[in-house]
This record gives sequence, structure tokens and C-alpha cells, in this order.
Amino acid sequence: MLVAVVIIFAFAGLAPLLHRLMGDRCGWVLAVGPLGVAAFFVVKLAQLDVLAPSFEVWSWAPSMGVDLAFVADGLSLAFAILVAGIGTLIVIYAMGYLHGNRRLGLFFGYLLFFMAAMLGLVLSDSLIGLFVFWELTSISSYLLIGFNHDKKSNRDAALKALFVTAAGGLVMLAGVVLLSIIGTSLGLTLEESLRISSLNQLGPEIQSHVLYPGMLICMLIGAFTKSAQVPFHFWLPAAMAGPTPVSAFLHSATMVKAGVFLLARLHPALGGTTLFICIVTAVGATTMVVGAVMATGQRDLKSILAYTTLSVLGTLVMLLGIGTDTAIKAAVAFLFAHGLYKAALFMVAGNVDHATGTRDVMQLGGLRRVLVVTAIAALIAALSKAGAPPLFGYLGKKLVFEAKLNVDNVGVILIGLAVIANICMVAVSLVIALRPFWGPWKAPGSERPDDHVVHRLPASMVIGPAVLAVLSLFVGLIPDLFDRTIGSAMASSIAGEALTMKLKLMFGLNVESLLIVGLSFGALGLGYLLYRKLHVHWQTPAWASRLGEKRGPTRGYELLYAGIFSIAAWHTRIVSIGVLRRYVTVVVLTFIAVVGPWLAIGLWQASDSGAGFLELMSPPEFSGASSVGIYEVVIILVVIVAALYATIARSRMAAVLLLGVSGLGIALIFAMYSAIDVAITQLMVETMTVILLVMVILRLPVMVGRGSLRGKVRDAVIAAMGGAVVTGLVLAAQVMEMPRTLTLFFNEVSVTKAYGRNIVNVILVDYRAMDTLGEVVVVAVAAIGVLSLLMVKPHGEASAMKTMASDIRASVILRTAVGFLSVLLVVFSVFVLLRGHNEPGGGFIGGLLLASAFAVHALCMGGEATQSLLRIRPIIVAGLGMLMSGIAGLMGLIMHGDFLSAVWFGQIPGIGKVGSVMIFDVGVYLVVFGAVTAVVLGLMDEGSEQAASSDSEISSESGGVA
Amino acid sequence: MTLLLAITCGVMFAVGLYFLMQRTLLQMVLGLIAIGHGANLAIFTSAGLVRGAAPLVRKGETMPPPGVADALPQALILTAIVIGFAVTAFAAVLAMRTFQAVGSDDPDDMTLTDTQQEDHA
Repeated sequence: MLVAVVIIFAFAGLAPLLHRLMGDRCGWVLAVGPLGVAAFFVVKLAQLDVLAPSFEVWSWAPSMGVDLAFVADGLSLAFAILVAGIGTLIVIYAMGYLHGNRRLGLFFGYLLFFMAAMLGLVLSDSLIGLFVFWELTSISSYLLIGFNHDKKSNRDAALKALFVTAAGGLVMLAGVVLLSIIGTSLGLTLEESLRISSLNQLGPEIQSHVLYPGMLICMLIGAFTKSAQVPFHFWLPAAMAGPTPVSAFLHSATMVKAGVFLLARLHPALGGTTLFICIVTAVGATTMVVGAVMATGQRDLKSILAYTTLSVLGTLVMLLGIGTDTAIKAAVAFLFAHGLYKAALFMVAGNVDHATGTRDVMQLGGLRRVLVVTAIAALIAALSKAGAPPLFGYLGKKLVFEAKLNVDNVGVILIGLAVIANICMVAVSLVIALRPFWGPWKAPGSERPDDHVVHRLPASMVIGPAVLAVLSLFVGLIPDLFDRTIGSAMASSIAGEALTMKLKLMFGLNVESLLIVGLSFGALGLGYLLYRKLHVHWQTPAWASRLGEKRGPTRGYELLYAGIFSIAAWHTRIVSIGVLRRYVTVVVLTFIAVVGPWLAIGLWQASDSGAGFLELMSPPEFSGASSVGIYEVVIILVVIVAALYATIARSRMAAVLLLGVSGLGIALIFAMYSAIDVAITQLMVETMTVILLVMVILRLPVMVGRGSLRGKVRDAVIAAMGGAVVTGLVLAAQVMEMPRTLTLFFNEVSVTKAYGRNIVNVILVDYRAMDTLGEVVVVAVAAIGVLSLLMVKPHGEASAMKTMASDIRASVILRTAVGFLSVLLVVFSVFVLLRGHNEPGGGFIGGLLLASAFAVHALCMGGEATQSLLRIRPIIVAGLGMLMSGIAGLMGLIMHGDFLSAVWFGQIPGIGKVGSVMIFDVGVYLVVFGAVTAVVLGLMDEGSEQAASSDSEISSESGGVA
Repeated sequence: MTLLLAITCGVMFAVGLYFLMQRTLLQMVLGLIAIGHGANLAIFTSAGLVRGAAPLVRKGETMPPPGVADALPQALILTAIVIGFAVTAFAAVLAMRTFQAVGSDDPDDMTLTDTQQEDHA
């Protein structure tokens, strides 16, 4: 069965291609797919043992207990035949209807995609599979309804259908989850709890479960939205915006029947409780009447059909709600009869539209003289719809009446409603069958039948309605065939036990039987009278149109729809204002509000209500935590004051330098507390940062204080509170017991296994080399980002070419010295790199040292001189470094099967053990050097172009600190 | 000492946040730097302060002396510093280019950059 679904999906994919190759005639080829599938299912149905359905299970996501399971029983096969069979006719029909449309291939693609999803839906035995296919039909129906998307009304209609059905599908998913929970709590495995067949055997247990009502409501909302039950019905008439083949397919046998199908499919598990019967019957009955009454008020053929579809769906839902054997049989017969005649009538409507350009029944008449086959098909199908003997619809209707007659208490009401609905149905059926085709000739812009204003129809457009009409007649005359093949099997599947269908054209001579026949014919007669009256007064009852349009669910939907947009707009206005500092404000305030109170409470409690605070801050195992030396206080004061001063500095240079002072002070703090490598790194980076920023601020305007003083005070208060919370966090960390296992591990193995005495470096290049690799990649990427930003020259600034070297008035002494200094730094950096594994140093520090060597050179001699000295572009060096790090990693992968695990080569005197970690560290060294130097040289280059323009600006900036 | 350093972290964060809330591009870059300092220092202080015992193993021995400073946060901070520099460099150059493209270093003036580019195209 999966094969059948996949084949249709494949046809959907091929459709656009085939259309390009063959043109419009590709429909004949594409129809082969559904036809073959339909035949396949007919054969399968013939072989079916009603009480022993066959399954097909494919493993899908076994870890989550989700299978892709298909079932072949009466219900699924009957639906599959209906879908594929009518689908075949629709494909052929669409070929004629959309003849010459450029996007026909795409249309076929959507249509077949929908068909495949629908097949998957009806064949599914897995709830998850059912849900997925369910939503696929929603999505593909959206594409189909909105196929002519150049008109806004069409797009809105498509969106409406999508919103309602997909939202209902999501509610159904909640129901599926609940059902699965119920299933597992009843002792099913997870796999079984998602299989419909196993759930259907636990009907009574499920229905007495505490979660049953909630689950049922969710499932019903899914079914009601899909099958357009009141109050979710409004999307269906709107969906008539789709091309007629779409309406003929979606609203006869497929999309809207999915909800009915769901009720039928889960009937053994869900049906039969008072709750189920009350809700489903009431909703169905309401929809039945509303749809039928609304149908009488329509002039557009398709609208009439849409509202009668509502009525039929209501009837079907109601029958499944009643749930007696007769009701189920009635539902089966009626469902099939409706599928046949409704598809036929939609195609008829399409033919009329295609031939005359209008679907307004008031403007049409006498078309039988041109559209002979269509007129006959319309007559047969409409009579079947009206429930006139000897057609299929009549058999269905008889059973419907019989089913209602057998309901206790409310049976009379139900049958009254059914008769009202049927009277309306008869009237509008006559409108469809007679008005456009009989009586005097009437067509827009046409005087006589033979003036060729009215188009003749291609064969492809009459096959569909003709075949379906004949089938309606055929089943009506030989109901036995339907009983034996489809009817009994389908009814048995719904009921969950063997049922035998017995449709009878003739009636027996007992009271009940006579009553039913009397009602049937009475409705026919009254319907005819209503039809005569519709001639004169063509108006929907006011309350009905209000229900449908102004005050009813449509209005609710529109309000909801508009509401979503206004909420989104409001939300955007409030939250997404596009001003960075407001975001920062919000983030900081949230941070304070969320973290602050807990911190305060926690610290207060941990420190014995504040009394033991200082002891808490000085745990005995840390030698540096308790004592405070005077020089430490001085350093910290310098750090704090410099940072605070930076915020009020008026000059850019002062702000940058002050922050630099802070950074250097922090480097000293690192050094004091045993973090030598960190301190050196911080020192180097701080220097480079200041150099970089000085180069950048030359391109930025003089800093001006923007915003009011009040705003700044407010910012300062918020920032101070944020800082206070951070302080609290750091203090809270002292209270926590820090896990030291990793540290102890590193201390233990650093020498014995990783052959390095500098533990920090061992962690960087060996144990956490993967992190380091990621970090050097970030550095390299940032450098690439800087270079690409620099490459984008702003408009009109490329002209000023003037090298910095000529501008620089470095003293002769400095220029001479810098050569020696650079060489010294280069040599020293290599030394630092190599000793890094055992003493403070390593790739990061070495790379920064090397970069600073070239930065100093560039500052004194100019960027171009440095670049020519280097010969190779620094960013390429960074790339080579990445390559080396990667190769070092690959060595581990090849030798030990683990990326970046260390491979040792041997001992070299003076350096120590040599291995892949050293290659890795050299890679880090090159990346850091390359990236930093690339940024510096890039900025120098930039600076050389604009040095002249900014000279004046520097001299103007004399204020220093305010 | 821990208390003093914790306060220093708070000050660095406060300075950084204040800078980020100001209306000059350069101040925003400075804010990033200050927050970077604060974060590094916070990790460092949280891990516990140890004086005069760098995480190094003496020559000829296989284990560092007991009570040696924790090497792991140091390794983390070391790379964080270098990455912080890379990010700062990018932010600074971005600020520079933005100013050159928009003609203002006030982020409030930058709501229309997209439209201007469309005009050019």
C-alpha cells in the first residue's frame, strides 16, 4: 500500500516535467497512475476477508515508537477506491478545464500530491501517519484552492481553508497524544498505543478512561474543522475560489470527507458514549439544516453545491453520531452516493462555466441543445442528489430516514430536520438539473444556440460527469453489487463487527417501510413546490445569511485573523523597536529582576544573615582569597577608577586609553593570582586593542554626548544595578562547592600522559584541543570578516591615495631600532611557542608576540613596508595555521581513531617530547599571528588612504578628560 | 580580596552596560571590551584565588605541588581573551564602515540604511 502512495507522489513530482514535454495531453498519461492504483485497490478489496484486515508496517522512528502502518480493511479500501477512482476522472477533466493554462503541470503536481496524501490518510493505521497525511492534505489543498493566486480573494479563501483545517489538525494531534497516553495506561506498548487497530479493540476501556472526554473533544474538533461542521463550516463555501476540478475533487469524496473518515475510523474506540452521541449528532444535524437552507439562497452553481455539501457532511456526521447499525449502513451508502453525484455535479458546473463564462443560474437556460451529455449527466446526478428513485441517492436517503426513525427520544426531531433538509436539497437539485439546461435559451452575450458564442466541450470534460452519473444509476438499479463488494465491508469496519448491507430499491409492506417511502416522496413533492417558489422569490432567509456572513463564525474568523495581525504589530512595536540600547535595557532589567532577588536571599541565608559574610568569602583552601595587600588595593582602585572615568571621558582617545589602563590592571591581577599565561595574553591583547582602536577612531567622528542628562542617569542606574547583580553572582560562586575532579585529573596526567609541565597549555592543545580549534576558527573568521568589511569601499573615498609611510615622522633612531626590535620579537615568539608546553608560553602568546613584532614594524615603517617584508599575505598564514591544526587532528584520527588525540613522535633534546600537539600549537600560533596581523595591516592600508583627511581632526581634539 | 575583585567585576559590567546604552558607535565597542574584561575576571574570581602557585609542574616531578591554582579556568579565559580581541576588532571595523556608509555614528540615525541602499540599487 505504501507503494501505491509513493507512486502517486512520484507522479506528482513528474507532472510538471511531463507537462513541459507533452503539453496539455500529459493528463492522459498522469491519469494512468490513479487509475492503476484504483484497480489495485479494487483487486485488493475483492480478496478481502472482512474480519481479518491485512496490515503493512514500516519502521519509521523506532526510538519514538512511531511506525508507518497501513491497513487494508473495508473502510480504507473503499475510501482509497473512491479517492483514486474519482481522482482519475478529475485528472482527465482538469486537462480539458485548464486547457492551455501555462501552469497546468504545476496544477497536476499539486492535485496528485493531494491525492497521494489523501490515500495515505485513508490507508493509515498509525495515528502519527494519519496526522502527517492529514496536514499534508491541508497544505496541498491550500495550494489547490489558491491556485489562481493573482486575486486576493482567492488567496484569502485558501488561507482560510488552511488556517481552519490545519489548526484543527493540531488540536487533533493533541487528541492523538492523549489517546496514546490512554493506550499506554491501558497496558499497550508505545507502538501499539499509536496504532488505530489495537486501540479500536479497547473501546469500552478507553471510553471509561478519565482522559476520554478531553481526548474526544480534541479529536472531534479535528474532524469537525476538516469536514466543515458548524461553526467551522465557513471555509468550505469560500474554498469555491479554487478551480472547479479542485472543488469537484476536494469537496466530493476527499478532503472534506476526511473528518467523516476519522469519525468512522475511530468509531469502535470512541463512539457510542452519551457524550459522543450528543455532540456529534447535534453538530451534524445543525450543519445538515444550515447547509441545506443556505443552499436555497444561492445563485452561483458552485455555491449551491458547496452548501449542499455542508448539508451532506452534516448528515454523515449525524449518522455516525447515532452510530446504530442502520445508521452506519446509511452513512456508508450515503457517503458513496454523495461522492459520485457531487463530483459529477461540480464537473457539470465547471462545464457550464467553461461553455458560457458564467455560473449564475438566473442567466442561463436551454443549454441542453449544446451541452447534451452534460445536461443528461446533470439530470441523473441531481436526481440522485435529490433522492429520487431509482438512483443511488434514493437508496441512501431511505436508509438515512430509517436510521433516524430508530433513534429513541429525539428520533422525531431528527427526522423532522432531515425532511426539512431534504426538501431544500430537492429544490436546489432541481435548480441545478433544470434551470441551466431546460426552458428557453438563455446565455450571456448569446442570442441563439447556434451562434457559436457558447463553447463546445472537449471529450475529456464530459467523460467524468458521464461516468459518475452512469455509476449512480447503475448502483441504484443493482444495489446488490454494491452491498456485496463495498457496502458490507465498509460498514463492518466502522462498526467493528460483521454487518451485512442490504440496499433495496423496492419497499416491503410494513408500517416502517411505508412511512419511509412516504417521507421520501413527500419530501420530493414539497421540494418541487419550493423549487417553483424559488423561481419567484430568490432570497436566503435573513437569519441564515446572518449566521453565515455578518454575525456568525465568518465574522469571528475575521476578527481573529485581524487580531493576530494587530497583536503581532503591537508586539513588534513594544518588543522589537530596533534600538539597540532599548534591547540592552530590557535584557539588563530582566536579568536583574530574575536573578537579583534569588541571589540576595541566597547570599543572606548562606552567610548567617550577613554575620559570617567575610568568612564565607575566604574559603581556607584558597590562599589568595583572605588576605589583602596594599598594592592589590591600589591596582584594583586603578582598574575601577580608569573604567569609570572612561564612561565620562569627552575625548575618544582618552576613553580608549583609560579602558586600556583598566585592561592592563586586570592583567596584573591575573599575574598576582598565579595565572601567568593569562596575564601575558591579556597584556598582549590589551596593547593590540589600543593600537587597533586608535586606528579606528581616526575614522570616526568626534564623540558627542547624545541624549539628555536624565537619560544618562537612568542608564547609569540600570547599568549599576546590572553590575551589582554580577558582583552578587561572583560572590555566590564562592558559596558553591566547585567540582574539582577535572582539575585533579589534569594535574595528575599532565606530565605522565601528556608530557607537558605547563598544565594550561596541555589543556589547550591536548585535552581540550577541540575547543581550541573552534576558538581559533572564530578568530580566523573574525579576521576574514574584518578584511571583507575593509574591502567594501564606501562611495567616493577610493581616490585619496597617500601612503602612511611618507606621513610618518618617526625618528631615525626609532626607525633603526625597530628593525632590531622586530627581529628580536620574532625570535622570542618562536622561543615562547616552543617552550609553551612546559613553561608559560605557547601558541596563543607566541602568535600575539609575533603579531606585535610586525605591528610595531608597521607603525614605524608603514603598512606597505611590512607587507613587502612579510611577502605572504597574513590571512593566508592564518589559513595555513588552520590547515596545520587540522592535520594534527587528522593524525590522531588516523593513528588512534579519535580526531585531535595526541600522537607522539619522540624526544628532542632541549625541547622535550615532540608530537602532534606541537604541530597543533604551531597551527594556533600561525592563526593568531595571521589573523591579528591581517586586521592591523588591513587597517593601516585603510588609514593610508585617508590619513590626510583626518589630520585636522586629531589636532582639533585636545580636551582630554572632562 | 574576593570581595574586592567581585566588585571590580561588577564595575566592569556596569561600565560595559552603560556604554552599550549610549548613542555613539565607539562607545558600544568600548562597552563590548569592558564586558569582556568583566566576564573574564568573573570566571577567574569564581574559580578561587590562589597566590603564587601557577599551575606548572617542576622539572623532574610528575605532579604539581598541592594547592596549585586551577588550570582549567585559566585555559578558558586565555582563549576567551583572544576571541574577545577578534570580536572587538570586527566590531570596531564594523562601526567604522557603518559610519562611512551611513554618515552618522548615532545608532538612532540608522533606521533607514536599508532604504538608502535600495535607492542606490
